[in-house]
Amino acid sequence: MGKLFSKENCEVFSNPLNLNNPIAVQVLGICSALAVTSQLEPAIVMGLSVTVITAFSNVIISLIRKTIPNRIRIIVQLVVVAALVTIVSQILKAFAYDVSVQLSVYVGLIITNCILMGRLEAFAMMNGPWESFLDGIGNGLGYALILVIVGFVRELLGFGTLLGFQIVPDFCYEHGYMNNGMMTMPAMSLIIVGCVIWAHRSINKEEK
Amino acid sequence: MISLFVRSIFVDNMIFAFFLGMCSYLAVSKTVKTSLGLGVAVTFVLLITVPVDYALQMYVLGPNALVEGVDLTFLAFILFIAVIAGIVQLVEMIVERFSPSLYAALGIFLPLIAVNCAIMGASLFMQQRVQMDPETSSQAIGSFGDAIAYALGSGIGWLLAIVGLAAIREKMAYTDVPKPLQGLGITFITVGLMAMAFMCFSGLNI
Repeated sequence: MGKLFSKENCEVFSNPLNLNNPIAVQVLGICSALAVTSQLEPAIVMGLSVTVITAFSNVIISLIRKTIPNRIRIIVQLVVVAALVTIVSQILKAFAYDVSVQLSVYVGLIITNCILMGRLEAFAMMNGPWESFLDGIGNGLGYALILVIVGFVRELLGFGTLLGFQIVPDFCYEHGYMNNGMMTMPAMSLIIVGCVIWAHRSINKEEK
Repeated sequence: MISLFVRSIFVDNMIFAFFLGMCSYLAVSKTVKTSLGLGVAVTFVLLITVPVDYALQMYVLGPNALVEGVDLTFLAFILFIAVIAGIVQLVEMIVERFSPSLYAALGIFLPLIAVNCAIMGASLFMQQRVQMDPETSSQAIGSFGDAIAYALGSGIGWLLAIVGLAAIREKMAYTDVPKPLQGLGITFITVGLMAMAFMCFSGLNI
């Protein structure tokens, strides 16, 4: 077990969470990150789905990496990812139908999420299954983290709720507090992500 | 059909309403020239893949289409991505054969279109809209022509958005932006403001 959780492996897992975050630093997988974050719940579900798919596609590609001819590797990767996404989308439809309606086409769009292709190309093609698994989980969670932050801000300010429960007390509304309708618009998610990146970069520069 | 075309350019803009194709949108929009090339390539690929996927949806995947009583819709992801990857490869070979200069100008972007979410997204939206009722919704896609109009509109919308952003970013090189906000951060905020501007089209109906 000692080898499984060695220092390098821990770094593989923890780097994407902060220093090498897929959204804030590598700028991968923006599309879905913006569209599903108007409320917290779909953001969490989306983050988890991407984590699961990244981890397992990393493992599968890493297992068969020596047998894939180099010329057709992109198509092989796409097919593996598409198969996993189909499974996840069917599971979501069966057990969390409301959320899957909210996510609509964005579940399917996990296939073309650049995080997946990026990690498969950059990591899973060169590393063993266990490292790839950790890398996939780490990157998925790093992605989920940003989604949850953006979803949190937008739902709190846009609807005054979190996960559907009312957070802003009633007497605030009675004294003239209003939900910011702007926050529910797609445009605001771009600006919030911009601010998250801004904060992330200022903090990391201080550390250096 | 014209309404569908105009709406898919301005109201249901791929970038500003659905954030599709964001990755290459942010990465390539540094100069107007390359972004124009990519925009044209994306429009072109959309124009071929969406009608092909429409035909697949109608004659192979949809309920009772291929075999009576069988609904193959769950295979859509795999089939669509295979079509897109295949067509991108085909387009690449054709462009290389007949217009080497355009091929050189597009360079690496051409193969990357295969994983551009805008293409896959347009196919999936098309699949949703096929199920709508053409009588009641102006967004429904009821015929092959509609599918072409939708594809062309989305492509042009994407092209407009990327060229617009590239132009703004070229100007922005001369402005004084706070250090940590430079590059990516300010680009996001710019796109956010552009998206707000595009929101004013939302009541558009022809």
